Amino acid sequence: MIELKNVEKKFGDLRVLKGIDLSVKRGEVISIIGASGSGKSTMLYCINALEQIQGGQIVVDGIDVHDKSTNLNELRRHIGMVFQQWNSFPHLTVLENVALAPRLVLGKSKEEARHIAEKQLKHVGLGDKLDVYPTRMSGGQQQRLAIARALAMEPDYMLFDEVTSALDPELVGEVLDTLRLLSDDGMTMIVVTHEISFARDVSDRVAFFHQGVIEEIGPAQQLINDPQKARTQQFLSKVR
Amino acid sequence: MSSDASAIQFFSGFQVNDLWFLAEAAGGTLLISAIAISVGTFFGCLFGWALTASRWTSLTLGSVLDVFRSVPLIIQLLLFFNFFPIIGLPIDPFAAGSIVLIFYTSALVAQVARGGIEAVPASMRRASRSLGMTYWQDMRYVVWPVGLRAVLPAWAGVALGVLKDSALVSVLGYLELLRASQILITRTQEPFIILSIVGLFYFALSYPISKTTAKLEQRWQYD
Amino acid sequence: MDYTFHWRPVTKAIPDLLDAALLTLEAATLSMVIGIVLGMGLALLRLHGNRPLYIFATVWIEIARNTPALLQLFFFGFGLGAFGWHLSPFLIVLCGLSFNNAGYLAENFRGGFQAIPDTQIKAARCLGLTATQTYLRIVIPQVFRLVYHPMTNQLVWAVLMSSLGMLVGFRELSGETQFLASNTFRLFEFFLATAIIYYLLVKVVLGTSHLLSRKLFRY
Repeated sequence: MIELKNVEKKFGDLRVLKGIDLSVKRGEVISIIGASGSGKSTMLYCINALEQIQGGQIVVDGIDVHDKSTNLNELRRHIGMVFQQWNSFPHLTVLENVALAPRLVLGKSKEEARHIAEKQLKHVGLGDKLDVYPTRMSGGQQQRLAIARALAMEPDYMLFDEVTSALDPELVGEVLDTLRLLSDDGMTMIVVTHEISFARDVSDRVAFFHQGVIEEIGPAQQLINDPQKARTQQFLSKVR
Repeated sequence: MSSDASAIQFFSGFQVNDLWFLAEAAGGTLLISAIAISVGTFFGCLFGWALTASRWTSLTLGSVLDVFRSVPLIIQLLLFFNFFPIIGLPIDPFAAGSIVLIFYTSALVAQVARGGIEAVPASMRRASRSLGMTYWQDMRYVVWPVGLRAVLPAWAGVALGVLKDSALVSVLGYLELLRASQILITRTQEPFIILSIVGLFYFALSYPISKTTAKLEQRWQYD
Repeated sequence: MDYTFHWRPVTKAIPDLLDAALLTLEAATLSMVIGIVLGMGLALLRLHGNRPLYIFATVWIEIARNTPALLQLFFFGFGLGAFGWHLSPFLIVLCGLSFNNAGYLAENFRGGFQAIPDTQIKAARCLGLTATQTYLRIVIPQVFRLVYHPMTNQLVWAVLMSSLGMLVGFRELSGETQFLASNTFRLFEFFLATAIIYYLLVKVVLGTSHLLSRKLFRY
């Protein structure tokens, strides 16, 4: 379980997160929507400590993420993350991209790591690209590679940061399909997204961020189809 | 300081007068570098243009210039210096050094100049030609200003390189900074101090130029 | 023109010259290896070092780049002699070239490190890689590709610069040539032969580097 309690985040004088409370249960899929700069992505970075917080607490499976004694490398093994920019490692083949972390971090043998990587790549539909270099693939394929790379660590949670925003429109579908697949597998996911219909159809709950606070949160269908707050209505009418 | 005092002692420590000697020698370094850089740049631009003009010049001129970049400067100097007595024309170190440095510089500048011309996008040149400009107008008003900006840092790198490489002309006996340091070291037996001072002289000549170019490069990157 | 060319002494000396050419390659390559390690260190100090370390690296780099290589060589030769340290001619050349290579390569590496997107590091850290693993496995391999071409140029430069060895008594290709030339008084012939050997050496270095790059960088 991921719990955020009254989380505060500042960049200098700018308050980006103003007291966020959120808890995500195992197996749950939560989508985060909201305008650019509302603090959605920053919250994801705080969950696996890529960014420091200035107040409140983030607890993952009973471990206080921002406690000084927390072993972050150990923690991050359990939290997979995929970014807007896919960040494939250009000097490694598709297979090596996925097999690297299991070998280095989990201490798997070369054979085991290869096995894991093949399995995950097949799962996201890249079984025929194992020995290709990622720079020769489309953005959608590279983004699926990034997902497979994160899955190879067998994480308990997956964080997705606007994973379709940098893609050409015709490539968005294949990546969203992969996310659906994970949701069907029962993966716990926090998905920051601009794809409203995806948020409605796939997530259990949706949270609407506005200027560093959660303006509204609720079951997906209800929040998207029948938002209660004026700002949520305004936002949804604009993006649709 | 009296002049006979220093005349009596043959081996003596480093004196204030020696600073003047070094300053004069720095003049020697500046003179030969300035000649090499200015004349070398002129020919280098010409060669650079020729390299882009046709496949044939690119191949022939290119391989000739390549020789100057693939043989150590010191060997070029010695070869040239020893060649003239053979054909019965003794040559003094300054002339030999200047000529070799000019060739050497122009070979390096040619490379840079070609890069500059190629840095101007073909689409831009098509645009200027389609406005009715002649080849030469295109060169003068489009390629030259755009390309110049692209290669000025690289050119400054070459110029600084030549300034430092001119130290090798000391091998022929031309009096410049490094040669002066050898003379002073022999007399004073204080190599560390003298090499440090000569190093400072070079640094004072080179560092301001390299910093200015770095700043220009940075500024140009953003507009 | 009453000078007659004599090529016999040169052709007879070709095996000696080729041996000396190997020594040139050795000195240049070794100075390059040392230069890469030191240059990498200097670049990291300039990027991440505290104030004194930053200043140390900056001073090194600026001296290497703003004074003649020959002066740097003389420093390791006579300069250190002032303190009673007398290096062998080979060591003088090796130290001088390594010092110079490190200064130039450091700036190349620094540019390379800065060109690697921050997000690459983030992605690696998210997978649980430690900072060291991230540098060794993700950052440095990519930096090497970025600086491969400048590094090749630096190696060529090192081959050419090693000729300064003749001025500090090191008998690499140029030193050996001078030795043989002054023994036989065939200066022009010998230096011409040596110029040709250098030209070929540089071509071999460039060719090898090109082939190697094809093998190393398939992406």
